[in-house]
This record gives sequence, structure tokens and C-alpha cells, in this order.
Amino acid sequence: MLRNKTLLLFQVLVSKSGKCCLSFSHTRNNLFVSRRQSIQCSVSKLRYIHCNCSATQKTTLSHPTLYSKEEIQSYYEPVIGIEVHVQLATDTKTFCPCPTRFGAKPNSNVCPICLGFPGTLPLLNRKVLELATRAAVALNCEVALNTKFDRKNYFYPDTPKNYQISQNDRPLGRNGYITLPSGRNIRIQRVHMEEDSGKMLHQGASSLTGSTHTFIDYNRAGIPLIEIVSEPDISSPVEAAEYGEELRRIMRYIDISDCNMEEGTMRLDVNISLRPKGEETFGTKVELKNINSFHFVSRAVEYEIIRQGSLLLQREKPIQETRLWNEKSQSTLTMRVKEGASDYRYFPEPDIPPIQLEPSQVDDIRRTMEELPSAKRKRYLEEYGLSVYDANNVVNEPSIAKFFEATVRHGVAPKLVVNWIMSDIMKYLNQKRIEITETKLSCESLAELISLIENKTITGRIAKDILPILMERGGSVTTIVEERGLQQLTDKNKLEELVKTTIASYPKEVELYKSGKTKLLGFFVGQVMKSSGGKADPVLTNQLVKECLSQ
Amino acid sequence: MFWRFVGSTFFFCPTCRIVVHNGERWKRHKSTCFQQSPLTRLQCHTKSFSTIIKKQLADVDNSTVLSITENFKRGEWKAVDIVVEYLNRIHEMDKLLGAFLTVDAERALQKARWLDEKWRKGEPLGPLAAVPVAVKDNLCTKGIPTTAGSRILENFIPGYDATTVSRLEAADAIVVGKTNMDEFGMGSSTELSGFHPSKNPWDPSRVCGGSSGGSAAAVASGMVPFALGSDTGGSIRQPASFCGICGLKPTYGRVSRFGLVAFSSSLDTVGPMASSVMELASVFQVLAGHDSMDSTSLLDKVPCYKDILQERGALDLKDIKLGVVYDERMLSSKGFGQVEDVMRCFQESVRVFTHLNAKVVAISLPFLEEALAAYYVIAPSEASSNLARYDGVRFGIRQEAAHISELYQKSRGMGMGSEVKRRILTGTFALSSGYYDAYYRKALQVRQLVSQQLKNLFQQQLDIIICPTTPCAAFELGEKIKDPVKMYMEDLLTIPASLAGLPALSVPMGFDSDHLPLGLQLIGNQQREDILFRAGHAFQLATNWHRHRPLMYRNYVSTTTDAIH
Repeated sequence: MLRNKTLLLFQVLVSKSGKCCLSFSHTRNNLFVSRRQSIQCSVSKLRYIHCNCSATQKTTLSHPTLYSKEEIQSYYEPVIGIEVHVQLATDTKTFCPCPTRFGAKPNSNVCPICLGFPGTLPLLNRKVLELATRAAVALNCEVALNTKFDRKNYFYPDTPKNYQISQNDRPLGRNGYITLPSGRNIRIQRVHMEEDSGKMLHQGASSLTGSTHTFIDYNRAGIPLIEIVSEPDISSPVEAAEYGEELRRIMRYIDISDCNMEEGTMRLDVNISLRPKGEETFGTKVELKNINSFHFVSRAVEYEIIRQGSLLLQREKPIQETRLWNEKSQSTLTMRVKEGASDYRYFPEPDIPPIQLEPSQVDDIRRTMEELPSAKRKRYLEEYGLSVYDANNVVNEPSIAKFFEATVRHGVAPKLVVNWIMSDIMKYLNQKRIEITETKLSCESLAELISLIENKTITGRIAKDILPILMERGGSVTTIVEERGLQQLTDKNKLEELVKTTIASYPKEVELYKSGKTKLLGFFVGQVMKSSGGKADPVLTNQLVKECLSQ
Repeated sequence: MFWRFVGSTFFFCPTCRIVVHNGERWKRHKSTCFQQSPLTRLQCHTKSFSTIIKKQLADVDNSTVLSITENFKRGEWKAVDIVVEYLNRIHEMDKLLGAFLTVDAERALQKARWLDEKWRKGEPLGPLAAVPVAVKDNLCTKGIPTTAGSRILENFIPGYDATTVSRLEAADAIVVGKTNMDEFGMGSSTELSGFHPSKNPWDPSRVCGGSSGGSAAAVASGMVPFALGSDTGGSIRQPASFCGICGLKPTYGRVSRFGLVAFSSSLDTVGPMASSVMELASVFQVLAGHDSMDSTSLLDKVPCYKDILQERGALDLKDIKLGVVYDERMLSSKGFGQVEDVMRCFQESVRVFTHLNAKVVAISLPFLEEALAAYYVIAPSEASSNLARYDGVRFGIRQEAAHISELYQKSRGMGMGSEVKRRILTGTFALSSGYYDAYYRKALQVRQLVSQQLKNLFQQQLDIIICPTTPCAAFELGEKIKDPVKMYMEDLLTIPASLAGLPALSVPMGFDSDHLPLGLQLIGNQQREDILFRAGHAFQLATNWHRHRPLMYRNYVSTTTDAIH
């Protein structure tokens, strides 16, 4: 039936007239239907009032930076809540067997189900439920054992059925929280599952409004998402970014998404309003979209605080609207103004029976849950005695943290491991743009490397040279050291000889040194190290050079 | 002509099996493609056509699903001959009835040829081998236009089969065409089809019921031995009753909904329509069962109905307790005509059951009117969402427009009929915030109440509830079309079983004073289709109502067989 997916090719192409065409063609069995229709989705005033009208012009165009941040913050405090969409890392879509691969040809990962063709029915991918439950548990939510899907009804061309299968009154998770690196808790209001919509590419304008024509790619339609809604607990631009980063970290730790903001597997909408300090009621909320890095989260929020604060201080009121972050201008611009509350006419999805979770299933998930970043950070401080800075750095990447712990388990001082990871290893990884798991470096060899420095078999310099070999080819450090004769030169007689010959070849410098330029000591040590090929014991060399020169 | 032009802008060429969109291209196509027109081909068949089969098929007892398969398997009849005879009937009678929206003669003949070949090679044949079938047009058929009776889908050709259709195909039945229906199943007369109304074979000035009216008319007039219908609030039972045939609305979830163009997802069911209960049982055997493509499909195993019906004592109903609904006064107070006829036939039927040793108790069906009201909130609410996808963006008819809202407005405005619009508006209203609790939630509560009431009745050792299927016989074309509420009242007696998701069977129980057929409804407990079949079959062995055929069928049979003489 649907296995004959090749049968239904669904492509978007441009016709000669420049309009967007959808064409269907059946390739097998010589089945007909080759038709072209042009959709011209050029919309003027559809669901949103575009903000060109004179009434709103004043507020949106007022220069926002009339007041300084400090000035605004002495009167007002921001109230920030964040809605995050995370794409779950499943192989297939939420309700059909289409692949979720990113970067496929437009409209190639589609089938009659995710295109909402007549008569098709959704089939819940069990993996979606599993991953979403894992997320809800990781965010310390109460998991609903009895949950269901609902239909959210609205007309938009990127939504094939013109309703989105989502969850309304019985979300999977409720009342959770996460702990930021700063130690502050941000409450999570709800976590629910839903399907993604298609992607629209507008021609001639940045949105459907005003575009001459629009392309729709339904590859993304039906890809599983979870929406995580925070309580308005966030109080500063920096905290907003921290919240996003921590959420991303958690999702990556429990391995339910790669949370790549550029590929859109994690999307962030920020709700922000200002209220006079000490007041309980909320001000008018503005929604920020199109923020595709954490760096821009704090920038956008900061811009918004200043914009809204300046309006308030000018005795004007911000209006309820959705604004887009513009990377080029480093500012936010009006996208649409809400025409009052939209009515999505939610009702229970009749095509998917309610979902029953066993308490034991949730317990299993909780029991087998990986240690989360906040717990890890705490443990690193207490158990390994790392500094807050180091702990945060190591915990940042799940793979790094795992590697770190495994190395430490081999009995090496944690601080030394952190130093190696954060300097040379990270530098290498960043250069090659790879993950630590993709290198040949094993935790055993790093531990070995560090202990060889500790017992003075090799110098730090040599270790730095060995590391890239380990990362590229792997193998035992001892073997490499022996094969290449890289052992530290600690034999006093041999070293003394080396020092003498080196010094003898720089008579001018010796003169200068003796005339009081003692700074040249470093130069001599360096030269000795160089001629030893980096193998000379630095402490001993230092001592010998001094002795030799004072003779 | 055996190929049919659906709508004015859409042509289906059976020779190369493609669809051509506009008239000009169609003319060009016809001039190049039609070396040999399908009609000439058919006439070639007709020449070799065995007159004996034609005569034999004229007999009511020989034209059943069972005897066709049997004769085909025995090698008495060729599948091609069977198909040609039925295509001939469609050719002769459908001009008057308008039961079909698409007839795919070429495809049917191809399948027949393939089956004949299969028989010749001695390969195993399916339980419905060589039986022509008509499929309601809201069931998707790969490569055959599927419109659900709506203009907005007049150019829609699915690339997939509904599970029910693929199961019939796998059982070696032959799909000959798609039948007319009220647009998206919304109506009780097939007058609300986006294309043309279908007429009742017993009296072409009357409606054939709906929404599976095309299927009912096709079976009743003998154009096909059986058909598929769909039932949301009575859409199989009511037209079966109006056309004097049998129809089964199965337990919700027993038959897969995959490929059924959704009207109201929590109520929709797909079921068979045929002349006798025995035939229904053999078709239902093929249709029923779990389908992994439908999450609401039931997992339970399907019993063998043939075995159950052939068991010793299966037709002695002494272990069956019938709950008889007597509500004559209520029906007459609702302004239905001919209630006396309905009640007379109904009482006679009850007497038949007592003769068959069934225990009979009088019961009443409470909340009938509340159930009707609840249905007309729930079904439109779900429909308002289910029908949102028909927007002209991805498939179906699209009207040119300057911007997206105009595109929606024009495509939907022109593609959908007034009843569909009315229900979308009703449903949208009922689901709107502020009204949700007063309408949708309240309707769900009524549904719960009705289900509970029926459940209680079955818990009191009741096996079947019987009542008339409809409060009156088929009405005149145009009689109720102006008054939607009157039309809605048609569903009064069929809705309780729909809301509760229970199986219900309609069998002919006699004729009214205008010689129009009347139907008897048997409602069973969850998944107890077997008991319905037992009672229905026993009833039909004791009565003759299901063997009556309309005049036009008798005329056809006598003229064609005379011509052969």
C-alpha cells in the first residue's frame, strides 16, 4: 500500500510563469496523473495584520535605544519565559514510516500519510513516546500515565491536514524544573509531543505576506517534536541563554536530540515583557522568533528589554506581537500582530486511541536515566575537587564528560585530565570539527600519557607531540615512546655534556650573560631543549645551565 | 458508454487508464489512442458470451455472491462472462438510476481475464473469486478516481487502496466501479451528491437513501451482487432498508478505516451490502480483522461466520433473547408518514422471530432524540477538522486566486456543497472556545450515556435489540432536501448503535402500501456480528422478502433473455 512510496513523487517545481507548481506523478504501473497546478500563495492580509498601518507605526519605529540598560533596569524588571521545540532523533516520522533525514531533496521524504491525503490515518511511532517520556523525566516533570493527542486546527499551507496533531489538556509532562549552572532553578510548565509542519520558502518577501510565490517542502512535515514551555522564571538576558544551553545539554545527555540550532532541530521562542519593579502583574508580552544561536538569545532579549523599556519610559505601551530577531541589524522587527487570542478549536484526536503508560515503564526510564549535567557538575566539585569553571567546561559536552570520567577512573589526577582535555584535545577537536568519540584516542592512553609525564619518563613537550599521534592512530603511549626513543633525558652526565657543548657554541651570549643579562638563561635552556629534541628534563636542564654558566 | 466522464473537466480513458483534464486534450487523446474503442472490445466479448450464463444469472438464487464463486470455481462460468453480464446490466440500468460515479470496465475485464487464467492454471482462488463488486466512492481505490461525492475531489486519483478494497482484491473479487453518495457521506438520500442524485430501483421517483445510496441501488437493481458502503450514522442501514437489501454496520474498529475518506473518525465504519445475510457474512469474513494501518482497529480474532451459521441448531434461536422496541406513538408524533405500514411489518417480523423460538421482551430505547442531537454535534465537529485538508493546495480542485485566503475560499467555496458547508460551520461553532463545553463536551456526555444505556440492556442477557431501520419507506426525490432537520430525523433509529459503536444489521421486512421495501434493524452487542448473522439468516430462511426484485430488474431480465431466444 504505502510501501509503494516511489509511486507518489511529490515535487515542487517552478513553472515557466514563475509560479510554484506542485506536480504529482505516478511512475509505476504506468499509472496516470501527471498534473501541474500552480499555487500562488501570495498573501496579503490573511491571519495577521501586517504592521504597516499608521496606528502601530509609531510604536514599532520609535528609536529603542533612547535609554540605557541601567536606567531601564532601575525602574523595570523583565519577565521571560521560553518555549523550546526539540526535534526527537527518530529514524522515521511521528505518524508515518518516512525517514527524518536532514538535507534530503525537497519533498522526497513524504508519503500520503504525512501529506494528509484523503483516507490516510496516523500511526504513532512508539519511539516518539519513549524519547518524549525520557525528556519529561529528565526535566523532573510529573509524567501523565494517561495521555492523549489532540488536534490543533488552523489553516496554513505548511500544515498538510490543516490541523496539527499535538497535545492540549493532558500533556505528557507537567510541573518540572531544571537547575542552571548558576544553581538557580527554572520551572517547566509542560512538555508535550507534536508533529512539525513543512518548510516554506518565500519568494519576493520574507514571509507569506507579500511574497509573489511560495515553495513548500513537506520533508519536515510530521517530524516528531517536543515542546518544552518554561514558567516565566527567567530574569535576565544571560539567564535566558543559560536556560537554552542547559536544556540543550540535557537533551544531548539523554540522547534524544542533537539540538542543532542551525539545522533547526532545536528552536527557541522567547516571551518577554517588562513590569515595574516589585509588581506582581505581567506586562504586555512580546514573542521573539528566529533566534538561531544561544549568543543571539541574550542579544535579542537585551535588545527587547531596551526597546520595551524605552517605550515604557516614553509613556508608550508595547503591543502584543511576534517579532523576528534580525541578525544583520542586530535588532528585532515586527513579524505579525496578534488579532486577539486565536482559537485552535482543540479536540481529542479520534484517529489515535488514548495512550496508557505503566508506572513501571516510567520507573524504568527514570532508573536507567544517565546522570544529568547538574548532578554531574555537583559531583565534579565534590568528588574530583574541580573548580566551578572546569566542572562547567567538562560537563558541557556529554562525550567529553564521559571521556573525562573514564580517564580519571584510571587513577590520574582530575585536574591534570581537565587541563589536557580543555587545552590540546579541545584545540585538536575544534580544528578538525569532530567529536572525541571520532578520534582514536582512548582514555587508557591519555591516562598513560599523563602518568608518564608524572613519573618523568617523558617531558610535557614530548607529550604534546605524542597526543596528535594518539588521536590519529591510537596505540600504546609506552610503545610510541620506546619506538621513537622519546624518553626524558635525565642522565646528569649526558645532559651536562649536552649543556656544555650548547653553551660553547654561543660565546657572544655567554659574554652578555656574564655581564649581567641573566634573562638569557631562558635562551640557553631553550637551546638545550632544542638540541635534545625536547627530551631533556626541564628542571635538571635549568639547574645545569645555571651551574655551567656560573663557572 | 462504459467509461464515464466525471464532471465536465475530467476524462478517464479506460484504454490507457489515464485521466485527461481538459476537453481539448481529451479530443486529441481520443483521436490518437482509440484504435479500438472499449465498446467494440466489449461487443467482441458479448459475441462469445454464453447465453446460458446470462439466463442462469437472471435467477435470483444464482446471482448471489456464493453461487457466482462456486460456479466460477467449478468452471461452469468464466469470470469474463460474469463481468460482461454485470457491465451490461450497469450499461442498461444505470442510465436511469445514476448509482455509479465511475465504471472501470477495462480494469474489471483485465482482472477477470487474469482470474480465468488463474483458474486455467489451477492456482488457488480467493473466497470471493470472480464476484463483481461496487465500492462506495469514499473508499480509496488505487488508480480509480475517488471523489467521496464531492466536486472538490473530482480529479483525485489515489495511489493507494483502502484496506477494505485491497482485502476484496486479495479475495479475488472484481471491482467494477465506484458508487454515488452524499457528499462526504453527509446526507440521507444521495441527493446531496456533488454530481447527480441516485434513484431508487423500486421507484425511480424516489430516493435510494444515503449516504451509501449508490451502493444500495446498485445491489438492489442487480447491477452488482454486492457492494461496499460506509456507515457513520446510518449510511449503510438506511439505504439498505430503502432499497430492500441487507446491510451491515460492523462494530466500530472491526473493519479497517484506512483509505476511507474520513467524515467523522470516531463514528465511521465500513461494511458490506448485499441481497442476503449469508452473502453479507461471507463478505464480512474477508473485510473484518485487525489492520496495522488503523490505530483504532480492534485486535480480537475474527470467528469463522460460515462455521457458526452451519453449526447444528444455529438457526434455532431458542438461546437468543430479543429486545423489541415499541415506539409507535413516538414515531407518529414526529410526523413520519406510513407509520402503520412500518409497524405492521415490524410486528410481523417479531412474530417470525417468536416462531423461530427467540425469547422476546419489550424494551424502550431512551434518549433517542438526545442521541440524534448529540450525533449532529459530534459528527460535524470531527468533520470540520477532517475536511480542512481539502484546501486545493496539495490535491483536488484548485481555483486560481491572488492570495492564499482567496485560494481557500474559492476552492472550498466552489468545491463543496451547501450541506457540507452547513456541517463544517456547525462543527466549527461547536468546537469554538466558549461553546465547546455547551456543545461538544455535552454531546460527548450524551454519547457516553447512550452507550451506557445500551450496554446495560445487553448486560441484562439481551442478545439483540430489534426495531425498524427507518421510521418510513423511501421518500420522494426533493421531498426533504429543503429541510435539513427533516433529513436528519431519518437517522433517528440508526444513530444509537453508531454512537455506541455497536454492530447493526438491516434486513428487508416487507413492503408498504406503495410496494416500497422496509427494513428491520438488528443491533447486537460489541463484536457480536455472529449473533446478528444467525438471527438474520434464520429470519431470511423463514421469509421471502430478500428474494423480491424491483420491476426494472425483472424487465431487464425478461427483455435480454427474450432477445437471446
